[in-house]
Amino acid sequence: MRIALVGQPNCGKSTIFNSVAGYKAITSNFPGKTVTYTVSKMTFQGKTSEIVDLPGTYSLTSFDLAELEARKYLLREKIDVVINVIDASLLGRGLELTLQLLELNLPTVICLNMIDEAEGKGIIIEDSELSRILGVPVVRTIALKGQGLDQLFKTVLEMGSNPIFGKHLTFSKDVEQEIQELKEQLEDNNFSKKFNVPLRFLAIKLLENDQYFIGEVRKKNFEFIKMVKAGQQKLEECRARTSDVVISSERHHLSMDIYETVVTITKPRMELKSYLDNIFMHPVLGYISLIAILYLFFNFVFYLGNLLEEPLLGFFYQFLPLIEEKLGHNLLLFNIVSGIIQGIAGGIAIVLPYLFPFLLGLAFLEDVGYLPRIAFLMDTFLHRIGLHGKAIIPLILGYGCTVPAVMATRILESERDRLIASILTTMIPCAARITIIFGLVAFYLGPKAALFVYILNIIVVAISGKILSQMMPEITPGMIMEIPSYHIPSPKVLLAKVWLRMKEFIVIAWPLLIIGSIALSLLKYWKLEYFINELISPVTLLLGLPIAVGVTLIFGILRKELSMIMLVQALGVTDISLVMNAAQIMTFTIFVLFYVPCAATIAVLIREIGGEKTVFTVLFTFLIALILATATRLVYYVFL
Amino acid sequence: MIVNLADVKPGSKVKVARIRGGLGIRQRLSCLGIHPGDFLRVQASGIMQGPILVSIHGNKIALGRGVASNVLVEVD
Repeated sequence: MRIALVGQPNCGKSTIFNSVAGYKAITSNFPGKTVTYTVSKMTFQGKTSEIVDLPGTYSLTSFDLAELEARKYLLREKIDVVINVIDASLLGRGLELTLQLLELNLPTVICLNMIDEAEGKGIIIEDSELSRILGVPVVRTIALKGQGLDQLFKTVLEMGSNPIFGKHLTFSKDVEQEIQELKEQLEDNNFSKKFNVPLRFLAIKLLENDQYFIGEVRKKNFEFIKMVKAGQQKLEECRARTSDVVISSERHHLSMDIYETVVTITKPRMELKSYLDNIFMHPVLGYISLIAILYLFFNFVFYLGNLLEEPLLGFFYQFLPLIEEKLGHNLLLFNIVSGIIQGIAGGIAIVLPYLFPFLLGLAFLEDVGYLPRIAFLMDTFLHRIGLHGKAIIPLILGYGCTVPAVMATRILESERDRLIASILTTMIPCAARITIIFGLVAFYLGPKAALFVYILNIIVVAISGKILSQMMPEITPGMIMEIPSYHIPSPKVLLAKVWLRMKEFIVIAWPLLIIGSIALSLLKYWKLEYFINELISPVTLLLGLPIAVGVTLIFGILRKELSMIMLVQALGVTDISLVMNAAQIMTFTIFVLFYVPCAATIAVLIREIGGEKTVFTVLFTFLIALILATATRLVYYVFL
Repeated sequence: MIVNLADVKPGSKVKVARIRGGLGIRQRLSCLGIHPGDFLRVQASGIMQGPILVSIHGNKIALGRGVASNVLVEVD
C-alpha cells in the first residue's frame, strides 16, 4: 500500500513522516523546506506500507518547482491513500487545497494537525461535522508531540482496505453549469482516455486557466482550446472578473462557508509568542535583534568548538612520536599509519568540535521559525542586489551545507533568481569551510579575525550578487511569503536533525578525509606531491603561500575540510603558526573560502542549473578567490 | 478611498479591492488567502522600501513592496 502525505507548506507533513519512518526528511519551521519527495517503508500494526512525504503545495495549480513536484507525483503515481495534512490553525485556507484534492477521487483521510496551536488561537473545530461535510474521516493530531498519530494510521489502514471517496462540493449554480458543460465536451472528445485525472477536475483546471493543463490539452487536441476559451469567456462575462479569479473566489467562499460551519471562535490565549514579532520584525529593533542573535550564535560556536579542539588535538598528536619511535621515520608503514591517525584526528578534533555546535544552533533557528523573519528583514537589501527576501533562506542554509542550500533555491519563483542565488550560495562558507575559519583563523589569529572573514564574505557575496544581476537584468517578481508562527523546538527533533546532517559528514566525508590523508602520505613518500605542488605553484607563488600548500588545494575540491586538515600534514608540523605567518594564514583562508565549489556541490549544480552555468560558476568563484586572496596578501604587505 | 497597500499606515485594517498584475501574482496571493473582498491588517512596514507585513485570516504574510503596490485596498 502506498500512502502520500499532501498538504500546504509548513503544516507538519515531514514531522508526521519522520515519526513513522525515522528521522529521514529534514523538518524546519519555514514554508517550502521540502523541495523533493522522500519515500520510506513504514510498519504499523504489523502491516508494511510505503509512505511518501511530498513537498508542500498551496493549491493544485502550481508555481514553484517544489509544488510542481508534488502535483506531478499526485497525478502520475498510483496512490492508495492520501493523508491531507491541514494546519488546524489555518483551516480556512487549508480547505481550499482539500476541495481540489477531493476532486481527484482518491481515498483521503484528513489530518487536522497542530490542534493545540489552533486552540491557542481560539479556533475550536467540530471535526465530526467537518467529516460529515467532506465525506471523509478526520483525525486530530499534534504531530510534534506524537499525539493522535496512532489513530491517524489506524484510519489510514482501514481506508486502504475499505476506501472511502469524499464528496465533490458544488460551486454556485452558474459556475457549476460551465464546469458541467466543459466536462461533457471533454467526454465527447475522449479526454478520459488521454488524461488519468477525473474530467471534472480537468474541467475546473482548464477554466481556471492552469497553464500546465492548457498546454497538455493543446498538445493532444489543438482545436479543443477554443471550447476552453469559450467557457472561460462565459464565466468572465457573468462575473465581470477573469476566470481564474472566479474559480479561486468560488473555492475560497466554499472553504470559508465550511470553516464557519465547523469552527467556534473563542477568546485566544494570550501567549508570549504573539508579541515576539513586535520586536523581531520591528523596522529598527528587528535589525538590532538580528545582529545580536547572529553575534550570540557565532560566539556559541566559537567557544564550544575552541573548548574541545585543543585537548582533542593534543590527545591524538601524542601518538605520532610514539609510532615514529616504534616504526622508524622512513618506513612506508609509518607513512600510512600516520596518515590514518591524522585523518581520524582531523575529523574528530578539528571538524566535529565546530560542526556540532554550529548545526545545533542552525537547527534551533530553523525550528523556532526565525528564518522567514530574517527573509523579511533582508528583503530590502536583497532587492538592491536584484533578488528578493526569500533568497536569504538558501543563503543561510548554505552556512550548513551548500548541497541542500542549492536545492533550496527551488523556493524562488524565477529561473534567473534561482541561478543567481545558486552561485551566491556556493560562496557562503559551509560548515566544512567554517571549520577552516575557526580552526585556522580563529584559532591562530583570534575570534575578531574570524568575524572579519565572515563580514568580508557577506560584502563579497553582496557585490557578486550585484554584478550577476547586472549581467542578467530582469525584474525579480517580488516576495510573497508566509510568516509561520513560532514553535518551541523539541530537543529530540533537534538532535535527530543534527545527527542526520552530521551522519553525512561521518559516513561520507570522514572516510574521504582518512583516504585523503593516506594518499598524501603516500604522495610524500614517493615524492610525487612535488609535481602537484609545482603544477599549482603559479597560484601559490602569486599568493605568497608555501609551495607545499598546493596539494591541499586540489584535495580541497573533493571536500573542503581536506584543505585544512591536510595543511597540517603537508607542512609537516602540528602548529601551523610555526611555518605560516598571519598574512599567509589569512590569504590561504580567503582563497579556500571562495575558490571552486566542492565536488558534491558541482554535481548538484549541474542538476539544478545545467553544465554550462556550472562551468561559469566554477570560473567565477575561482576568479573572485584569486583577486581577493591577492588583495589580502597586498593589504598585509602594505599595512600590517 | 482606494489606495495601494504599500501606502497604508501600519496598524490599519483595510479591505482588498482589486489585485493588479498578471495571473501569477493573483494566483499566488489567492493561495495565501488574499482575495478581493477580504479584510486584512497591516502589521509592519519595513524601512528603506522594505516589505509589508500583513495579517489575514489569522496568518501573517510578508509582501515585497512591489507586490504590495499591486494590491489595491479600500481605506476609510
